[in-house]
Amino acid sequence: MKVRIKFRKYGAMKFVGHLDVLRYFQKLFRRADIDNEFTKGFSPHQIMTFAAPLGVGLTSDAEYLDIQLLSSDSPEVMLARMNTASTEGVMMIDFHPLLEREENMRLVTAMSLVSTADYLVSLKDGFNLGEIRTQSEFMKLFTCFMNEKEIIINKKTKNSEKTVDIRPMITLTAYERVEYENLLKAVESDDDLTNTIEQNISELKEQNPVDIMNKPLSVADIYENGIRLYLQMDTGSVANLKPELVIEAFCNYYKLPFEEFAWQVHRLELYSRNTETGKLISLDQLDR
Amino acid sequence: MRKLALSDEILLMVDKPARYIGGEVNMQVKNPAEVEIRFCMCFPDVYEIGMSHLGIQIIYDMINRREDTYCERVYSPWTDMDKLMREKNILLFALESQEPLKNFDFLGITLQYEMCYTNICQVLDLSGIPIYAKDRTDEHPIVIGGGPCSYNPEPIADFFDFFYIGEGETSYDQLLDVYKECKRSGKSRKEYLEMIAGIEGMYVPSLYDVTYNDDKTIKSILPNHPAAPARVKKQVEMNLSQTFYPTKPVVPFIKATQDRVVLEIQRGCIRGCRFCQAGMIYRPTRERDLEYLKKCAFEMLKSTGYEEISLSSLSSSDYSSLQELVNFLIDEFGTKGVNISLPSLRIDAFALDVMSKVQDVRKSSLTFAPEAGTQRLRDVINKGLTEEAILGGAMKAFQSGWNKVKLYFMLGLPTETEEDMEGIAVLTDRIAREYYTIPKEERNGKISINTSASFFVPKPFTPFQWCKMNTGEEYITKARFVRDKMNEQLNRKSIKYNWHEAKLTVLEGVMARGDRKISKVIYDAYRSGCLYDSWTEYFNYDKWQKAFEDNGIDIEFYNSRERSLDELFPWDFIDIGVTKEFLRKEYRRAMEEKVTPNCRQVCYNCGAKVFGDGNCPAINKDQTMEVTLDEGEN
Repeated sequence: MKVRIKFRKYGAMKFVGHLDVLRYFQKLFRRADIDNEFTKGFSPHQIMTFAAPLGVGLTSDAEYLDIQLLSSDSPEVMLARMNTASTEGVMMIDFHPLLEREENMRLVTAMSLVSTADYLVSLKDGFNLGEIRTQSEFMKLFTCFMNEKEIIINKKTKNSEKTVDIRPMITLTAYERVEYENLLKAVESDDDLTNTIEQNISELKEQNPVDIMNKPLSVADIYENGIRLYLQMDTGSVANLKPELVIEAFCNYYKLPFEEFAWQVHRLELYSRNTETGKLISLDQLDR
Repeated sequence: MRKLALSDEILLMVDKPARYIGGEVNMQVKNPAEVEIRFCMCFPDVYEIGMSHLGIQIIYDMINRREDTYCERVYSPWTDMDKLMREKNILLFALESQEPLKNFDFLGITLQYEMCYTNICQVLDLSGIPIYAKDRTDEHPIVIGGGPCSYNPEPIADFFDFFYIGEGETSYDQLLDVYKECKRSGKSRKEYLEMIAGIEGMYVPSLYDVTYNDDKTIKSILPNHPAAPARVKKQVEMNLSQTFYPTKPVVPFIKATQDRVVLEIQRGCIRGCRFCQAGMIYRPTRERDLEYLKKCAFEMLKSTGYEEISLSSLSSSDYSSLQELVNFLIDEFGTKGVNISLPSLRIDAFALDVMSKVQDVRKSSLTFAPEAGTQRLRDVINKGLTEEAILGGAMKAFQSGWNKVKLYFMLGLPTETEEDMEGIAVLTDRIAREYYTIPKEERNGKISINTSASFFVPKPFTPFQWCKMNTGEEYITKARFVRDKMNEQLNRKSIKYNWHEAKLTVLEGVMARGDRKISKVIYDAYRSGCLYDSWTEYFNYDKWQKAFEDNGIDIEFYNSRERSLDELFPWDFIDIGVTKEFLRKEYRRAMEEKVTPNCRQVCYNCGAKVFGDGNCPAINKDQTMEVTLDEGEN
């Protein structure tokens, strides 16, 4: 049975890199007595795939992990078991078996489905963005920046450096949570994502011994200076843009100092784009 | 949410920030405001090494069982973090509470190898604790040393308030209870140290005076306070099946060197190899009960989620119930994808059977530690391994499909001749020849042998503590001699040969048998930038050499001198149970190339039975013969 797990990563866990998160889950599954399916061969390991690995320093409301199980209990029980075996900074918020796909589709992994991601990018307290002091000033400048027809950046890879227009890769910008959610409705398919999470969380509240529910809807850190930005952009194997690059381009555009550690990037959601309708569907709504 | 001591910016600038965040699975969480005693355990090396150490996990778990004490952890910040902390004046902090060590009541530092001594200075310095114990006031934590290197604490005596000699299980409760009393009644640091000096096993260096002879050897080590005993007796936990075991060890986020459950099956070793300090200081050999171990293994795998369990001991094959234990582990966990690793196992039929069940034959290699190249020299060092046993074991393994072999030797052992050195190459080649006697169609491709030579360091409390050590140049000459002999062998193309850092070994020699004068050298070396000396990329011999010169300390005095049999050693005030008389006799037997049978065959009354009130747990009443190794026999 193929199962998709959605989890949050926050707090000090943001300093634990992707490979160590993988090792963390291998151990977590053992502690929680999860009946994982193993690969065949002399050194068997648990079958698991992560969607779009998160960089060190980033936090997230929406990390996805696909695993294969030989047996399972109800999603509520499984979530409770995993959260009990987890530590602060990794919280499971959804567990659902995936529909069995056609034989030839079985190799589809969470990774290859991802087309789009939402981020909240916040200026950390203690850092300055040139003379900009308030969110409204920032909003004004960023909106102008986004009105450019093209935003050309130098993208460095291991072997080469090339210029890319990143403007078309940014598909949504917002400055407030409500605004962001309203804009989402236009690009998302009918399933109401926010409601589902809220529903999951209220279910969790009942069954989960770990006190996760005093937590807000998002585990993103909130900063006093209030300068922040909601971004939706291409992510995944086809086209991949990092929020840091957008901020760097913005700073360069206005000749503002770009400080590498000044911004907290928080992932809000990962989506797959329906090739026919062009609508987005979050990974936890896919294949249910 | 836990607050971190370091800003995001700093953590994102360094390699592996997870070294500094704490919060690992099974970390102890307490409210520091609700405890009376703050204790911090330190392993003075990088996090991944320190987290692999069982001893700290045992003490961490044990102290945290006390409600009045919060035991936390700290490791040496890696060089990148060290630099940032100095630049930005950040105080070193404990991983759990992320609070500065400076505010703690105790800092316990484990001393696992000599080459971590500059890291002790680093931890104290970065914590804002004076490096010299004499400079500390009632405001500073009490700094305790323990672990194998505390059996000669003198080179670092100036840095410690006291040393705990022996196994931690016995006396920490008493030390903490006395501390609590002192704190309540407003007693000073000095008064506390005087009180605990009377507890068996505690060595308070400031309460002892050392005098020297004209030839720089030690004249006397005497207490200068009535509370301090003339001899400090090693602490031993005699019942290892009814004591603390950390069934919920802390599981690091990043891969530690020892990334697995460690199950300590016994302490001590019955073998008595004459170069081996552990084999003497951990006497008497004590086993843990099979049922106790089964229970521990089960609970630890469950609480950590590790996919591997490793048996730990000095010589696993000597554990009486090894077969039952291993079969239990295989039956119980083997099917759940848990790997079982069995280091220090003698290669026999049982071992091969087990290894073929638990390891991938294609990937794993056979390891032998003959230590010396000829039977004569193996007799001198009392290494019971014979060439027939090595070749026989190797052959059985080859027939089961193995084709990788690792061999460990030592160069510079007492009485070593060119023949012994050449023997390293000859024995290596002989193993390869043995392999090629198997018909081509039955063997598994080419053999690959990795032979590695380390340099012998005479250690305190061993029969070789009197011996002279080679110089760095002599070691290199010997290592090259062996290389040339390797190149003359028939199967040279299948052999890889390497040797250790000779200059590091020279320093290790000084630290191992040094006296109190060495503290200043370590301090100066640290001040001149020495750190992480056991890491070749950071080892700087020139700086060390300068520190020795500046202090007028002659390395030759410590290393290149054959000590007289009646010389008083810096560590002689420590009583490990095993007597100096026994070590002296063993030294003589070594020179006579006489083998001493193991503790289960014959008891030579080494002295360790004192811990069992005359009954040694290593003795098997039906098999062991008791003999007093007296002068007449020599």
